[in-house]
Amino acid sequence: MKKIKKIKIKVNGKFKSISDNYKILDLVKDLKIPLKKVAIELNQEIMDKKKISKIILKKNDKIEIVHFIGGG
Amino acid sequence: MKNDKIVIANKKFNSRLIVGTGKYKSMSECAKAIKLSGAEIVTVAVRRVNITDKKKPLLMDYIDPKKITYLPNTAGCFTSEEALRTLRLAREIGGWKLVKLEVLGDKQNLFPDMIETLKSTEVLAKEGFKVMVYCNDDPLMAKRLENSGADAIMPLAAPIGSGLGIQNKTNIQIIRHQTKLPLIIDAGLGQASDATIAMELGCDGVLVNTAIAKAKKPFEMALAFKNAVVAGRQSFLAGRINKYLYGNASSPKKGIIK
Repeated sequence: MKKIKKIKIKVNGKFKSISDNYKILDLVKDLKIPLKKVAIELNQEIMDKKKISKIILKKNDKIEIVHFIGGG
Repeated sequence: MKNDKIVIANKKFNSRLIVGTGKYKSMSECAKAIKLSGAEIVTVAVRRVNITDKKKPLLMDYIDPKKITYLPNTAGCFTSEEALRTLRLAREIGGWKLVKLEVLGDKQNLFPDMIETLKSTEVLAKEGFKVMVYCNDDPLMAKRLENSGADAIMPLAAPIGSGLGIQNKTNIQIIRHQTKLPLIIDAGLGQASDATIAMELGCDGVLVNTAIAKAKKPFEMALAFKNAVVAGRQSFLAGRINKYLYGNASSPKKGIIK
């Protein structure tokens, strides 16, 4: 049986294991995040939300997904 | 008064009261207070999405950004880099260009770090942001911000959340006289009359969060601030009388019965 390779990434400060060929859009879908209400950063670089279906995540990638909350 | 609108970055607003959306007990309380306040602009913070608790209510589900203008802020940022990163992300969420810049310099007094604030204003203006800048009540710094491309000058009344009211009326008046930009008192107001005073000094608006959110009755205080801002503006436009040291009778002296 072929062993599935697991990759560790960090999402909003928390470790997450993902499989090979896992894209940012997969992450957004898995976390059930409403894409229209968030912004995404990959290693401190802002991602164009239209292109996240093409970006494959690599080992140690750091993702930040942010939205608006109450604030003064 | 109907045509007396505040213009910020070429956009007209009827209400001169901007409210913050933090510190409320719940999202529904926040939404109701905003409605009662009549505010058309609300400040919002940019934070990580909670990826473990997906059922947490979202601000946008309670306050419709199509009806109320969201003003993303940089609260909690202590450097220019952090502030720029935050606002670039805010813009990416959905094209927000009108933003509130706030770079703090001290964790206790929460005063703005004006060097970092000035640097950030220059960069943001060049990147096409419309920047409303939280700043000290310092006329010289206010001038520098204006020259760096700020779209609104927002001096503090007193430390954020302190509720002390306007501490330096003279400086606020000097800033008022030197700038045509919208002048909005941001932070430190404690009660409705503080907003009236700000408006009577000639400010174009006020920004309030804690004074409403943490009032014993937030809904009543939201309404009180709404009325206080209107009253202050009307009073300013009406033009106050001169001050005299001695009394000046209101009734005519002629025809007094003897």
